[in-house]
Amino acid sequence: MSNEGVDVGKRRFLTAATTVVGGVGAGFAAWPFLSSWQPSERAKAAGAPVTADISALEEGALVIFEWRGKPVWVIRRSPEMLENLPSVDGELRDPGSEKEQQPAYAQNATRSIRPEIMVMVGACTHLGCAPLFRPDFPAEDMGKNWKGGFFCPCHGSKFDLAGRVYKGVPAPTNLPVPKYRFESDNVIVIGEDPTDGGVA
Amino acid sequence: MAIVPNPHKTTGFLGWIDDRFPLTKMWRDHVSEYYAPKNFNFWYFFGSLALLVLVNQLVTGIWLAMFFKPDAALAFESVEYIMRDVEWGWLIRYMHSTGASAFFVVVFLHMYRGLLYGSYRKPRELIWIFGCLIFFVMMAEGFLGYVLPWGQMSYWGAQVIISLFGAIPIVGEDLVTWIRGDFFIADATINRFFSLHVVALPFVLVGLVIAHLLALHEVGSNNPDGVEIKKHKDENGIPIDGIAFHPYYTVKDIFGTGVFLILFAFVIFFIPDFGGYFLEKPNFEAANPMVTPEHIAPVWYFTPQYAMLRAITVDLFGVPAKLWGVAVLGGSVVILFFLPWLDRSPVKSIRYKGMISKVALALFTVSFVVLGYLGTQPPTEGKTLLAQIGTAIYFGFFLLMPFYSKLDKTKPEPDRITDGGH
Repeated sequence: MSNEGVDVGKRRFLTAATTVVGGVGAGFAAWPFLSSWQPSERAKAAGAPVTADISALEEGALVIFEWRGKPVWVIRRSPEMLENLPSVDGELRDPGSEKEQQPAYAQNATRSIRPEIMVMVGACTHLGCAPLFRPDFPAEDMGKNWKGGFFCPCHGSKFDLAGRVYKGVPAPTNLPVPKYRFESDNVIVIGEDPTDGGVA
Repeated sequence: MAIVPNPHKTTGFLGWIDDRFPLTKMWRDHVSEYYAPKNFNFWYFFGSLALLVLVNQLVTGIWLAMFFKPDAALAFESVEYIMRDVEWGWLIRYMHSTGASAFFVVVFLHMYRGLLYGSYRKPRELIWIFGCLIFFVMMAEGFLGYVLPWGQMSYWGAQVIISLFGAIPIVGEDLVTWIRGDFFIADATINRFFSLHVVALPFVLVGLVIAHLLALHEVGSNNPDGVEIKKHKDENGIPIDGIAFHPYYTVKDIFGTGVFLILFAFVIFFIPDFGGYFLEKPNFEAANPMVTPEHIAPVWYFTPQYAMLRAITVDLFGVPAKLWGVAVLGGSVVILFFLPWLDRSPVKSIRYKGMISKVALALFTVSFVVLGYLGTQPPTEGKTLLAQIGTAIYFGFFLLMPFYSKLDKTKPEPDRITDGGH
């Protein structure tokens, strides 16, 4: 191929211009394909609050409700369970719940609105498995100072009965507490803040 | 260089084709006149077997897609339908599920052959890199495919693996939602995984296999002695220590295929779940987003990486353990790509390497197997410590290689191939 009589400057300019326009065009063309992977309007519309009746929940027991495809646990903690909470503080990563894993009204020693009723999302903060309820103690396989809590079967993360994460496990933060409010003594609405801002 | 149509001057019908399409040229270049070293041993069966298993996966996969429903509400049921009601459906599914494990068996052995004989060394770096990409895509295929039956392990495996991306700082959580297509593992997830598993990645996989073979045929095969047969050619330009791939190695590979198929059929017919290793017991139960099975472990071929992920339990340098775990998991695959530049030994094959390299490879082998075992076990303190040691050895094998491979006292490489009278 001969380059005689070729306007090299013009050729370079056209090559560069075509490359730029083509590149920008490819970027725009890719967007709908990538964006189609985002949650659909239908998926975004789902996720309404869930009403949970806990009148049959016994002391020391746990019940699971489904909210936004995730398990939400409600536990009626016994006085003994509540008394034991501070005794493991030294072994926890975030005993004071300083990281925002709970609404402000649950940022207290029991991580709950009412001390005995614990509400939290049962999805391990490591990789999302549902930890197992292990209220029994002492439990040899759970370590020395075990006072009951949760054990994740996937990667061995441990949490206490307020969902606070132990040190030396892969999970980085406490189990999240969802927004919730008491409709009445035994009815909880999961996914809505208390109407009074959680003061009561 | 211009392309010359029909360089072998064939005539008749074949000539008509060769004038228009390089049929004879391709056959000769890649099969009948592709000269491979004459001393291939047992370890050289696994490349052709990998190709065989790939074909098995493609054919059985096409058939399974005719009966499977990629819908969170219907998927589990449709697999039961394939197993019970579709004529021979059970066989096609077991061929596919056993094929997935067989694929990893032969590819692990194929890669190990590369480690033994230095097949990744110059000038075969790109063959190795294409191979690593194939391994990576296979892992993705294995994962996506395992999600489709929508059993308990499918669901919770997907939960764990997708959540890994959440460890990436800043964009992590949005990335996880983007991959799932919902705020939890949902119908959108299985639907797109189906598309990726049966359409997108198989294309990529086949393309990479072609690139792997083209790169191999460009530079020629390595061999157990790790010496270049192209250094000594006869008057026709054919390597003296080379033999034509066809008929010599095609016959050898057909024998290997026969033995392989006997074992493969045995597993399909008598132990298709392989005691819970190929098809895990919790996966015979439909996905339940509320409850994780008491003991979860990935399929066996992911257990070494899984053990490494779990081994990281300490925050280091201000980086949370979770991110370290994910980095270690990713790093254990990424590091393979760098192997051609990590090995500084003057010789390729383990036969001529010294004691340090041999011990390093032995330790690596043991650590890989032990990690694989630990990945199937529930975590305990002792086992976590063992996994941490195993992880250190796994990475040490690669990261210290530039030093120990140079320090090592090697034996002189022969000029020509020493064994393998065929």
